[in-house]
Amino acid sequence: MIVAEQKPLEEIKKMLGEAQRVLVVGCGTCVTVCFAGGEKEAGILGSLLRMASQLDGHPRTVAEVTVQRQCEWEYLDAIRDRLGEADVVLSLGCGIGVQAMAEHFPSAIVLPGLNTSFLGLPAEQGIWVERCAACGNCLLDRTGGICPIARCSKQLLNGPCGGSAKGKCEVNADLDCAWQLIYDKLKAQGRLDLILEITPPKDWRTSRDGGPRKIVREDLRLQPAEAE
Amino acid sequence: MTQESNGYKSGSNLEKVLRNGYFAATAELGPPKNADAEIVRSKAKILKGRVDAVNITDNQTAIVRMSSVGAGLIAHGEGLEPIMQMTCRDRNRLAMQADLLGAYALGLRNVLCLTGDHQTFGNHPQAKNVHDLDSMQLVQMVVGLRDKNCFQCGEELKGANPRFFVGAAENPFGDPFDWRPYRLGKKVRAGADFIQTQLIYNVPRFREFMKRVVDMGLHKQVYILAGVGPIRTPGAAKYMRDQVPGMDVPDEIVARMEAAGKGIDDKKARAAAFREEGLKICVELIQQMREIEGLAGVHIMAIEWEDAVPGLAEKAGLLPRPVL
Repeated sequence: MIVAEQKPLEEIKKMLGEAQRVLVVGCGTCVTVCFAGGEKEAGILGSLLRMASQLDGHPRTVAEVTVQRQCEWEYLDAIRDRLGEADVVLSLGCGIGVQAMAEHFPSAIVLPGLNTSFLGLPAEQGIWVERCAACGNCLLDRTGGICPIARCSKQLLNGPCGGSAKGKCEVNADLDCAWQLIYDKLKAQGRLDLILEITPPKDWRTSRDGGPRKIVREDLRLQPAEAE
Repeated sequence: MTQESNGYKSGSNLEKVLRNGYFAATAELGPPKNADAEIVRSKAKILKGRVDAVNITDNQTAIVRMSSVGAGLIAHGEGLEPIMQMTCRDRNRLAMQADLLGAYALGLRNVLCLTGDHQTFGNHPQAKNVHDLDSMQLVQMVVGLRDKNCFQCGEELKGANPRFFVGAAENPFGDPFDWRPYRLGKKVRAGADFIQTQLIYNVPRFREFMKRVVDMGLHKQVYILAGVGPIRTPGAAKYMRDQVPGMDVPDEIVARMEAAGKGIDDKKARAAAFREEGLKICVELIQQMREIEGLAGVHIMAIEWEDAVPGLAEKAGLLPRPVL
């Protein structure tokens, strides 16, 4: 899932500036699961902003609403009539949600209330970790199901580097060395031959390096593109 | 196209020394954190004639310094043979190949392919890291330019191609320890001509590593130079033992450094005693390395202590260096 965390309150207040009427929009999907921008967080942030506006002597009204998914047009349509009551919309969706609202409601000023962090999972209660870099060409079949692009600090395809020590990464002793994990896994499975061969340079075109990405599935389109 | 004679791949002095069976010695020259050519020249003068070639570091420890191409050319002008270090941290495959072409055109003949220390260690931790290629793939690319006349993309390189003597690094003490000889083997298959190791202080453990390297026959396919370096203070020894990931400094080394200063109250005299002990340990390490099967030389890393190298080379019996 997409993992995010809320921006500091001071930063949010600064972004809101002189806006009198604020609509906080939560999202019911990924950011709800990671406790960053769901209905509950939207409610808490709304209360904090109301209290802050009193304390700062800058009165403003703050309302909250949460949609199932900010990244789909049909869910956004459900809150269209709420937009009129706000000078600015503070999205608690990920970066996709913010942009979807900005695109769907062209006249609205949509501000981000979260920092979108990474694609990952909750490793344990209260701890989220990155697992995928969305490079567009999955190689997990060769690395024991452990991604060196997302989890090695240097994205090595032929690791580990010389800084791997006692299972940890040289960058931070709290970080596992992805290549130690890959080695241990493949060794346990008797598949070390997978990493004996040199992995050639990666074609990064499928990653963000090839420019913004797009997928077109003609089989799913309602109006297949006619020959132009 | 200029082909070097006598079957040498690059014709570099380092290649000739190794090919002719001499126990090679290389050292390191750290470029300055400014644009002062004189600093490079004065360091080069210290090292000239004392070693066969000198590594010119590339933004070492992720701190911005004069480029290895620039400093390498200055050192070359002083009659020193540079080994241009190149890391994968700061440049993508386009920039690296461009620099390889430029460096070769300027007369540089050796390159050491490295992953690079992570930028969070240096003075621009905010920087975007590149790692388009890893060090293994960089070795392949430099070898491809030389032996296949082609760029990394496969396109033919027409005209003069860069013919470098290609090096790579290996840390025998990086984890997983069991995997290290195999990873070295991968670098050999990538086409590395020589290997310089990380600093070695734990000789028994290094012997264990080398035994496996010899058992695998890798020493016959690549020249391996063991990394050694003088320690300046007990604090530096402890720091390397405790703080540097992938380094193995035995307690005896730390104890010897500490003992060297015992009973000396004068600050300067104590510092001198520490340095003397550090140099003595390094000479002993070099002598031990000469006895290890499969080693083709030593790489002396006297970081920001270049003037220690002549004395070390002398005491370790590495002088005079062969003139080929």
